[in-house]
Amino acid sequence: MTSIPSGSSSPPDSAFSSPDLSSSGSAWQELLPPMTEHEASVEANRCLYCYDAPCLHACPTHIDIPTFIRKIGTGNLRGSARVILESNFLGGTCARVCPVQELCEGACVLGADHKPIQIGRLQRYAVDHVQERGLQMFAPGTPTGKKVAVVGSGPAGISAAAELAKQGHAVTLLEKRELAGGLSTYGIISLREPIEVAQREVDAVRALGVDVQTGHELSGAAELGILLNEHHAVFLALGLGAVPAMGIPGEEHVLDGLDFIEQAKLNPASIQPGHKAIVIGAGNTAIDAATMARRAGADVNMVYRRTEREMTAYRHEYEFALHEGIHFTFLTQPIEVLSKHGKVTGLRCVKMALGAPDASGRARPEPVKGSEFVIECDTVIKAIGQEKPALAEVLGLELEGGYIKVNDDLQTSLPRVWAGGDGVRVRGSASTVMAVQDGKIAAASIGAALMTDVPAD
Amino acid sequence: MADLSINFAGIRAPNPFWLASAPPTNSGLQINRAFEHGWGGAVWKTIGAPVLNISNRYSGLSIGGQRLLAINNVELISDRPLDVNLREIAEVKRLWPDRAVIVSAMVDADPQAWRDIVMMIEDTGADGIELNYGCPQGMSERGMGAAVGQVPEMCELNTHWVTSVTRLPVIVKLTPNITHIIEPAHAGIAGGAHALSLINTINSIMKVDLDTFQITPNIGGRGTHGGYAGPAVKPIALNMLTELMTDPGVLRSGVPVCGMGGIVTWRDAAEFMLLGATAVQVCTAAMHYGYRIVEDMIDGLSNWMDDKGFATIYDFAGKSLPQVSTFGQLDLSYQAVARINPDKCIQCNLCYVACNDTAHQCIDLYSADGIRVDPGFDPRMNGRQVADSRPVPVVREPDCVGCALCANVCPVDNCIEMVSVPSGRESVTWDELTAARPAVTQSWAAMEAYRAEAGIEIH
Repeated sequence: MTSIPSGSSSPPDSAFSSPDLSSSGSAWQELLPPMTEHEASVEANRCLYCYDAPCLHACPTHIDIPTFIRKIGTGNLRGSARVILESNFLGGTCARVCPVQELCEGACVLGADHKPIQIGRLQRYAVDHVQERGLQMFAPGTPTGKKVAVVGSGPAGISAAAELAKQGHAVTLLEKRELAGGLSTYGIISLREPIEVAQREVDAVRALGVDVQTGHELSGAAELGILLNEHHAVFLALGLGAVPAMGIPGEEHVLDGLDFIEQAKLNPASIQPGHKAIVIGAGNTAIDAATMARRAGADVNMVYRRTEREMTAYRHEYEFALHEGIHFTFLTQPIEVLSKHGKVTGLRCVKMALGAPDASGRARPEPVKGSEFVIECDTVIKAIGQEKPALAEVLGLELEGGYIKVNDDLQTSLPRVWAGGDGVRVRGSASTVMAVQDGKIAAASIGAALMTDVPAD
Repeated sequence: MADLSINFAGIRAPNPFWLASAPPTNSGLQINRAFEHGWGGAVWKTIGAPVLNISNRYSGLSIGGQRLLAINNVELISDRPLDVNLREIAEVKRLWPDRAVIVSAMVDADPQAWRDIVMMIEDTGADGIELNYGCPQGMSERGMGAAVGQVPEMCELNTHWVTSVTRLPVIVKLTPNITHIIEPAHAGIAGGAHALSLINTINSIMKVDLDTFQITPNIGGRGTHGGYAGPAVKPIALNMLTELMTDPGVLRSGVPVCGMGGIVTWRDAAEFMLLGATAVQVCTAAMHYGYRIVEDMIDGLSNWMDDKGFATIYDFAGKSLPQVSTFGQLDLSYQAVARINPDKCIQCNLCYVACNDTAHQCIDLYSADGIRVDPGFDPRMNGRQVADSRPVPVVREPDCVGCALCANVCPVDNCIEMVSVPSGRESVTWDELTAARPAVTQSWAAMEAYRAEAGIEIH
């Protein structure tokens, strides 16, 4: 029944007793179950229905949360989903991946002396209700005769494409990968968001008449020129690049964290982290990679050169990882990947000590002389951030700190070209929900420009 | 420890908590169990005329997920054979000599019918009889229940037929489905009643099913009005109780009143007692949670009485009645304003929207640096920290009319307080004012003149 490799033993402190590791098995299911009708009703009725509510202010897409929750309470689920989706076309994804503790739920007035309303789960309940039934909440706008190309079908791209289609523009959405959806499809582990959720959002944008072209990569400035010739405006939602190189010997044996997560998402049964896995990094992606390795049966150790205090993962993610039985080794810098016959055998590291603050304001870690040691392992995965958008420079866009430079309306340095999503955001402030808001801001700005007078150069 | 025992029109009970005549008192088995839980008494489910019941008898009122805020029933009086009921009544009374066993009865409006049932009840050893003049459906169409309770002459006559043939205390149970509760109360007293009880259930249609379009309870595709009871009816019951307890005729007669209608906890019971009830009956709450609720009723009331220094029920029964007044005798110069405690306020702004939309527009929002701000937000801001700089609602006291809407919508206990402030005006009631200046009731000009003189400003 289960596909635990022979010879493997159940990991200690396991958060689950007998995981089903087959592709559709329990080990890969969403962490939080969907709310039952009764659960949703009780929770919705607990909401105070604040006026000018802080949850709404805290949401980067400013979903009218009290209103959608009240509609759940009255049994008007279609109405509830419409309220969510008209502010955030990716409400189903955001309900799952948003760090709600830092946003809406963190601002809930009930949080002070008891539990905040479970806004994320209620949002998922309402949006799933319509999207599981294939109900579409919006219709394309009256045709304007204007054409817009959106490059990249991650959250920023889908959000922009949907809003532009609602305005009546003809939208083409280009995606280099086989499936649309960007990080929602490939980069969010199934424990947080099953692939179907992202695909339903792609279906919804198609239902608005958006021409979604997968397998179509924007490769250079010439092609951008062609797009600009054929469209009145272009929105670039390019995302970021691969996990950067560490520049240590043996790095060729290291797995890219995003590739690992992608493989785990598309075919969870295929990941084989071995008995002992090391994840380098301590951000949210690192924790996701570690979680999947752990669920696949490995004893997982996360290696980070700074301390618990400086790690970029949200506090609740860190606590989740500890609960999963993932170990953390702080103040440790990898210096060499050891291997034998092409197989990883260990990671040589050096102990670090915190020194004076660096450019990021965080204490700079410095190696401790003579403190080298080896951690035995079968797999090393790195998740130390993503490369800045390399394509941006190729396209001739002005950059700022390596990211695409945009103004408040998300216009780039090139005429008729807008950009949004992770590619315009500095590290630490990027997130799905910010990307969705970028899509809205860009669509509004593009729409205003198209409907006034855009020189057709 | 407080003494909860009562002597209600000669009926003794160890505590004032009785189960009302209803499904919870349908059989000896049930009442035995109820007494084991500690109920001080039980009014047996009405016996009398032969009936047949239907199924789907109840429909509940849910609000915001809260179940059974009220219940509506189309059940009739006891459908068990009369002799079975009588045998069980006798058995229960024999087993529980210290508890109040009262038998509710309803028969045709005929002296012989009443005499027969009364004799049978007396033979059981029961402590009293309650005359059911309230049943709003099924029996009233046959000239019983509410059909008697709604016609004072019938009420007096039927009561007389009973009181003239029995030595037992007779309680007349009043229907609320009437314009003026005093009329049937007087009639019952004139008929020789030893006590009154109220309220019976209120005529109601509980709801309409939005899928089938049928009213509920749905009895094979049809429905009818039923009797409404439960927590939602308590304020109606308290008002009718107060009408009785402030009526000179009722007071002169000296008959005690047993209160019921929406009592769920000892707190509800204490409110009925403060308005003059010296025993209470409970039904819906027991139907919702079982007989076990009586334990906290006894315990809570006893602790509260100890806290307040009341040794017996009679030390506080009716204690709130002197405060009951008429509108004409209220002080027009009394002024209260709302004050919001910023330390307790959670900034839900429900007071703000309630006051600004539906009251007197006297709550403002102030930012942390003391600037008056409008609701709304900066769309470029987000994150949980927005809650840290949220403006707080503040009452503009000179404009506050003291309506108390904000204090009622506030979800935080004791956060908004209605504070009495000096109005600077001499105390005057409407009755005094209109006696002195009758023109103010007829002419706006006269009213404005008085207001200007008294310094009353209406915004």
